[in-house]
Amino acid sequence: MQNKTVMKKALKAAFPYTIPIFAGFWFLGMTYGIYMNVSGFSFWYPMLMSLTIFGGSLEFVAVAMLLSPFAPVQTLIMALMIQARHLFYGISMLEKFKGTGWKKPYLIFGMCDESFSINYSAEIPEDVDKGWFMFFVTLLNQFYWFSGSTIGGLLGSLITFNTEGLDFVMTSMFVVIFLEQWLKEKKHYTALVGVLASAACLLLFGADSFMLPTMACILCFLTVLRKPVEKAGGLL
Amino acid sequence: MTLTQEIITVALCVLGTMATRFLPFLIFSPKHPTPKYVQYLGKALPSAIFGMLVVYCLKNVSFLTGSHGLPELISITAVVVLHLWKRQMLLSIAGGTICYMLLVQLVF
Repeated sequence: MQNKTVMKKALKAAFPYTIPIFAGFWFLGMTYGIYMNVSGFSFWYPMLMSLTIFGGSLEFVAVAMLLSPFAPVQTLIMALMIQARHLFYGISMLEKFKGTGWKKPYLIFGMCDESFSINYSAEIPEDVDKGWFMFFVTLLNQFYWFSGSTIGGLLGSLITFNTEGLDFVMTSMFVVIFLEQWLKEKKHYTALVGVLASAACLLLFGADSFMLPTMACILCFLTVLRKPVEKAGGLL
Repeated sequence: MTLTQEIITVALCVLGTMATRFLPFLIFSPKHPTPKYVQYLGKALPSAIFGMLVVYCLKNVSFLTGSHGLPELISITAVVVLHLWKRQMLLSIAGGTICYMLLVQLVF
């Protein structure tokens, strides 16, 4: 009984945070499902892949991989490269995931860009269980992605409605989270490092291969700037 | 590709993803104190990551051709202004998205 109230409270607190993700994931998930459908795959593919991989950009790339000749080594390298940014999420969540018990493996499994961003930045009320809150954020997000992908895979190109630009909901969300983080900080060294390093690497390396150089740059700068950042109290 | 090859391909995508998600937790177990440098990174990284994710969302925007990234710039400005004004996450996100949809569907 006690447990039920705790869960209910956490779900109630978590749900509003996931509403933008619902819009974004349904749109992107359906796009992904439709893409698989018109590429000749049955709905089982997007359905199972959305459940097991649960990482948007890689799933789109995986469609092209499935249509190409079998290349296991290349597939694994590609997956590691596209998903490398999760290493940073893990390092940032080491403390926050402590003490979440049996939920921890699932929280790590479902740590996509969006779940990480919410779970890291949300101000969870004192009386809400943090573990359950993060669990529901992750579960709801995965459910949105899974259901969107499956529906897209089932309906295929039957869906025609003018949703052009709806994917901007993800950009808006990351802008808001970035801004919230910015407003909380006293100094903005690390935020600036992130924006400038990615923008510079994007210009230098292009849209398809700028993430790894960006991560390397961010690590270098944060390491070199450690003393000034810590001294200036630029950390939360 | 045969069905087995397809299953292996998807499994490798899962493996690659889970390796990047689980690795930090496997290396730094809660039983041992996390090195100071990693603790510092855990605190310093998120702001940089959120900046990186904003740029990541905009990676395919062309500033030299087409609409020159104007719909994106205008809508991001709308998000920031709305958010500084009302400080309501959902309102800022919805406002920015609607603004962008109107711009790309009707104006540009």
